[in-house]
Amino acid sequence: MHVSLAHFLVVGALLFCFGLVTVATRRNGVGVLMGVELILNAANLNLVAFNHYVVGGVSGQVFALFVIVLAAAEAAVGLAIVLAIFQTFKSIDVRAADALRE
Amino acid sequence: MEHATRELAPILVHQVSYLWLIPAFPLLGSVINALFGWQFERAGKKKLVHVVAIGAMVCALAVAVRAFLQMYGMDAEHRFLQDTLWNLLTAGRLTVDLAFALDPLSMMMVLIITFIGTLIHVFSVGYMWDDVEAYWRFFTWLNLFVFSMLLLVMGDNFAVMFFGWEGVGLCSYGLISYYYKDKEKAVAGMKAFIANRFGDFGFIVGMLLLFWGLGGGWGAMLGARGAAYEPTGSMNTVASASTASESKALAPQVEVGEGKVVKIGPTLNFRELRDQVVIEKTGVMEHLKEQKLWGIGLLALIGVFLFVGAMGKSAQIPLYVWLPDAMAGPTPVSALIHAATMVTAGVYMVARLNFLFALAPSAMGWVALIGAVTAIFAASIGFFQYDIKKVLAYSTVSQLGFMFIGVGVGAYWAGTYHLLTHAFFKATLFLGSGSVILGCHHEQDMRKMGGLSKYMPVTRWTYLIACWAIAGFPWASGFYSKDEILWKAYTARHLELFGVATPWLGPVIYLVGIIAATGTAFYMFRSYYMTFSGTYRGGAGHHDEHDEDPHAALAAPHHATSAHPRDGAMHAIAKAQEEAAHVAHGHDAHGHAAHDDHAGHGHHGGTPHESPLSITFVLTVLAAGAVLVSLLGIPTAWTHAAPILEHWLEPVLVAEVPFAEKPQWMEFLFQAIGVGAGVVGWAAARALYKDDAQHEALEAFKQRFFAAWTVVYNKYYVDEAYQKVVLAPALAFARLMSWIDSNVIDWLVNAAGAVTRLVANFDGLIDKYLVDGAVTAVANLTLESGRGLRRFQTGRVQTYLYGIMAGALVLVLFNFVIR
Repeated sequence: MHVSLAHFLVVGALLFCFGLVTVATRRNGVGVLMGVELILNAANLNLVAFNHYVVGGVSGQVFALFVIVLAAAEAAVGLAIVLAIFQTFKSIDVRAADALRE
Repeated sequence: MEHATRELAPILVHQVSYLWLIPAFPLLGSVINALFGWQFERAGKKKLVHVVAIGAMVCALAVAVRAFLQMYGMDAEHRFLQDTLWNLLTAGRLTVDLAFALDPLSMMMVLIITFIGTLIHVFSVGYMWDDVEAYWRFFTWLNLFVFSMLLLVMGDNFAVMFFGWEGVGLCSYGLISYYYKDKEKAVAGMKAFIANRFGDFGFIVGMLLLFWGLGGGWGAMLGARGAAYEPTGSMNTVASASTASESKALAPQVEVGEGKVVKIGPTLNFRELRDQVVIEKTGVMEHLKEQKLWGIGLLALIGVFLFVGAMGKSAQIPLYVWLPDAMAGPTPVSALIHAATMVTAGVYMVARLNFLFALAPSAMGWVALIGAVTAIFAASIGFFQYDIKKVLAYSTVSQLGFMFIGVGVGAYWAGTYHLLTHAFFKATLFLGSGSVILGCHHEQDMRKMGGLSKYMPVTRWTYLIACWAIAGFPWASGFYSKDEILWKAYTARHLELFGVATPWLGPVIYLVGIIAATGTAFYMFRSYYMTFSGTYRGGAGHHDEHDEDPHAALAAPHHATSAHPRDGAMHAIAKAQEEAAHVAHGHDAHGHAAHDDHAGHGHHGGTPHESPLSITFVLTVLAAGAVLVSLLGIPTAWTHAAPILEHWLEPVLVAEVPFAEKPQWMEFLFQAIGVGAGVVGWAAARALYKDDAQHEALEAFKQRFFAAWTVVYNKYYVDEAYQKVVLAPALAFARLMSWIDSNVIDWLVNAAGAVTRLVANFDGLIDKYLVDGAVTAVANLTLESGRGLRRFQTGRVQTYLYGIMAGALVLVLFNFVIR
């Protein structure tokens, strides 16, 4: 079976949807961050696939590498926020951090 | 006598810095007495009051003499001293300063006022010393009067003059009503004040008409007047200035030769007015002559209105009625205010504005005619009066009429000269009557006098000299002034009435004047003989007959028609008050040596006595003056030189009035007629009244012409006529207005109030329900929507994410749908 661009895009779309659902439904702050990682990786997959099938060269791969690095930084910041939330609300449930409500 | 045409130049002003002192001293004296006088009296230093007052007068006199000496040393053309204190008003081209000016005319007036004023102050000490009213109040008013009078004559412009004009009216009111507890006297003061108000109205109208005629105006009116008046091209532009110098720069000026410029245009300043009117080069004279208002020459209108002002102040028909009543004031007041100074203000004003009046023959004719009618009318009333002061009051009205004949026919210097001589002899007469009244224990009725020459020699002789003067016997001053006036009246051919030339008016006025002069001699000598000759008719019990009505013995039915019973009753009340006063403060309080001689007899039943030295001294000086001022006016026909006073006044009286040329023998003849008139009047009075003569001829005359006699005795019922014609309608009108006020106006006001309330209530409803409702609705809407919307703000990131996802979905779906 020939693996085409469409296969990659479908996998990417699935990954994005999983990530989105994870972010939207997870009560755990760390879980939400993991969902964000899934979304970023779905984007990375698309970048690499389009580079391979449409553009050629290495620019897509390099772009994906940068995204991975940024994701690591983002995860670090995100985890720090989760830690701060925990210290403040004694919980990492994202519903607990609703001090800005009303 | 034709005046040589003079080449007139602008007045050269000589600035001096001390003129303000002349009015300042009396003002200071007045203020001191007003503030501290009552304390002086309470502290037993009553003397201090008149020391202050007389001191102020003497200082003013000294400064006036100083000014006179300075002026005397100058050339005739330079005799104009000015002292500007400060700026009162600046508007556009108009500047009004508080400034004093002395030219020969006002110099003469200032000398009269300060000299005779000082003497009358001295006289007042003797006359008022025993007065139970406030001594200090009298001197406060008297000094204040002198201050106002000095402002009137020294004012450099209409504004200052008008201030004095009103001030003398006020002081006159205060002094006439000096015994304000006596209602009759208080009312007399009010009458004087109100009659003067009518005159003042005319004065203001004349003044403003003049201002308007010179080009002053209020924007919109400017175009209405002819455009011919453009001597400098910018007469009628309205410009603004805020300081005197800016204003001066704005004023249009005309070059009149020799590098001199004259300011033209509206002004209130006498000097500027005189310069621009008399110097023909400015064109102002032609402009004024051409102007008409409602078809009447503007100059005539100005003259007539200004003369209405003079009528009020100088007691001419029909506004003379206040002057006889003004005799309610103390006698020195009558002498100073109602004979020597204030009442001559009108004459002074006409003489001051001679250049204006000379341009309007109609106004001149009017002035002369009113003067002549007043002269004979008042003289005839004087025939049958019994109150010595009333005789003198009517005499004053009559003499003022003579002065107006003088200034009316254009013999300005003669009118002014009569003013001067009258000031002396009438002051002598009034003070003499004051001395008589004092000597007869406040008796004013001449029927209760008689034989006083024995008791009061000084008073008698001075009174006689003044009678000579007023009757016009040679070598007493009245002769020179009166004959000059009448001669000029006879030769006047230029007079007009209502724009119609009336060359006959001069001779007619002469005829009226000579009859009035005869009458003058008659009533003056009548008063003299009734008072001083015969035997003393006063004495014990004379109060019982005080209410006697002169008609009662003759015809009882007339009693009711006469106004006299009321007067008599009033008199009796006043008498009783005086009596009480005298009893109250005892005879010793008089403190005069002259009074000592009647310590032994009862006050009212006693013989008359000569007055104290302060009074006789003043009388002597004034009587001497009444003779000596004749030196100032010895006629040209005698000396072939202009009289001293005419020469002195020449720089001021610039008006050129044509008089008919008459041969000199005619002038001598007329002087002889004048003397003859005086002699006839004197002889008649002597025959009828000397030595208590109860002449049958007189009684027969009285019986025969009783109706006419009654009319004259009751002063032609003028007061009653005023009561009916002016006062009653005025009061009726006032009542009508009061009714309208309380019924119509108040109703309107109430209705307006009710309507306003109704509208307000309606408006309140609108406010409450419509406006407030809208505001509340907006607020509620916001509140409700906020309440609904805040559910969406959960504070949970995931909720918002749903929103984002829904939004993205919608965008995507739209993308498909629109495609």
